Amino acid sequence: MRGRVPRRGVRAADGVRAYGLIVGMWVRSTMAYRLSFAMTAFGNLAATAFDFVAILLMFSHVEALGGWSLPEVAFLYGTTSTAFGLADLVLGSVDRLGRRVRDGTLDVLLVRPVPVLAQVAADRFALRRLGRVVQGLLVLGYALATVEVQWTPGRVAAVPLMVLCGGALFAAVFVAGAAFQFFAQDAAEVQNAFTYGGNTLLQYPPSIFAKDLVRGVTFVVPLAFVNWVPAMYVLGRQSPIGLPAWCALLPPFVAAAALAAAGLAWRAGLRAYRSTGS
Amino acid sequence: MRVDVIEVDAVEKVFDVRRRAGRLRRERHRVRAVDGVSFTVRSGEVVGYIGPNGAGKSTTVKMLTGILTPSAGRVRVAGIDPSRERTRLARRIGVVFGQRSTLWWDLPLRDSYRLIHRLYRVPDAVFRANLERCVELLDLAPLLEVPVRQLSLGQRMRGEIAAALLHDPEVLYLDEPTIGLDVVSKARVRGFLRDLNEERGTTVLLTTHDLTDIEQLCGRVVVIDHGRVVYDGALGGLHEAGESERMLVVDLEREFAPVGLAGVRVVRVEGPRQWLAFPAARSAAPLVAELARRYPLVDLSVREPDIEAVIARMYAGRSA
Repeated sequence: MRGRVPRRGVRAADGVRAYGLIVGMWVRSTMAYRLSFAMTAFGNLAATAFDFVAILLMFSHVEALGGWSLPEVAFLYGTTSTAFGLADLVLGSVDRLGRRVRDGTLDVLLVRPVPVLAQVAADRFALRRLGRVVQGLLVLGYALATVEVQWTPGRVAAVPLMVLCGGALFAAVFVAGAAFQFFAQDAAEVQNAFTYGGNTLLQYPPSIFAKDLVRGVTFVVPLAFVNWVPAMYVLGRQSPIGLPAWCALLPPFVAAAALAAAGLAWRAGLRAYRSTGS
Repeated sequence: MRVDVIEVDAVEKVFDVRRRAGRLRRERHRVRAVDGVSFTVRSGEVVGYIGPNGAGKSTTVKMLTGILTPSAGRVRVAGIDPSRERTRLARRIGVVFGQRSTLWWDLPLRDSYRLIHRLYRVPDAVFRANLERCVELLDLAPLLEVPVRQLSLGQRMRGEIAAALLHDPEVLYLDEPTIGLDVVSKARVRGFLRDLNEERGTTVLLTTHDLTDIEQLCGRVVVIDHGRVVYDGALGGLHEAGESERMLVVDLEREFAPVGLAGVRVVRVEGPRQWLAFPAARSAAPLVAELARRYPLVDLSVREPDIEAVIARMYAGRSA
């Protein structure tokens, strides 16, 4: 029979292709005004860099923060900022989903022959968000150059892996947050609390927070696997909530599980929208 | 050969609406937006799908495009179940929402078209031919480099219609395509749709409040009210069913007593101006001739009944 539902792999490839096409169009249109792009990207870099300036100011008064030195905190900051910046660059637009549901423009995306998530994510792709990624990478570079660590091949390999898995974890939070907006259209702020808020939290060492908060960020919304947990391995530290050392190997699995859960949440949200119309 | 391209069979759509009742308590109640609608459209037909606001028109169109899943009943468009295979259906239908843009708001019209070309995987030659045709017939050449948000409503609507046709859809849904347009733009859009249907055999389903749209385009109307089909047939029959009336507004030289003409009802008199209602199915010409013979006529105009009035009368007639 001709009318078969395409397999999941085909749909995913379709989605990536559509995402690429739409993003390409936005990038071309952004690049029509190069100076404006350069200025907004720099502005994005500068604005996000203030977070690190705040940390620098703190360290002008103290030697260590919760037992962590400046290069170590810079390592946390650099890994989470880069990871978050990548997720925000690729998927940041999904937080407009609630508005699309409210004003009905989501319907327009539903009558196109490409997956809705790809269209929502690619809509108004903002290349200026590269500013945050660059800023994160600069701080990470500074951290790697100054931190006192016995570099082994495993530790070296762990750093890019941390950034990638961290990006995937934040991506899962973005998608899950967007899925939640199918049910609560004003929930963009709740989503921001987890994405932007989570990023800010992870810029500081876990030892300065209450243990219950650290547990929540580990077991409930597993953002601790972006940097706190794998940093135990890279920096040779103990977990403040007593996680065993092998947990530092978990981020790829946690990220995969989080992405799968977010994907299911998205599908549930879209299905609910299509049966209720709001 | 003509085949059924749209099949709607006993389709229902029930929404659970939550309403606030008191401080915390919420009441749930069910709304039947579409309540057992059935009709079929054969390929090459132009059908007007009409009804008052909230009658269930948009909900039906959403089920026909796969946006909404029906609560019960069966829908097939081009042989496809829209809710199960939404993306496959999307390649074979074109949709124009009068109130919402399907174009990328901040991009020039040409970029939107390029994107549609790639997203729908339209073969290059087909795309070029379709774009050329639309640009020519809808006069889009001066608009192609303009960002969509800077277009006037009429310009945007022409752009939207072109966007919905670049991938050669078999079925075109138009939701209020002439709403808010000036007379010239309306005429252009209607002319284009008529040609499209005649030359390409594209099936068109049109929702509108504009009776002229229907008179000029649709061979058939399906009227829906309170989620049910209340009429399905030719437009002329609708007028009969609704016993609808047209209005002749005449300005006489001076004040007269209400004119007495067979088959004419004087609705209102205001100084030298009189409003005369007569059955919509009747021609106005002999009436005007008779009036001009008997009265000093200064000016006149004929007003068509609007869809709401026709349907309202139909209901009044039925319950009486």
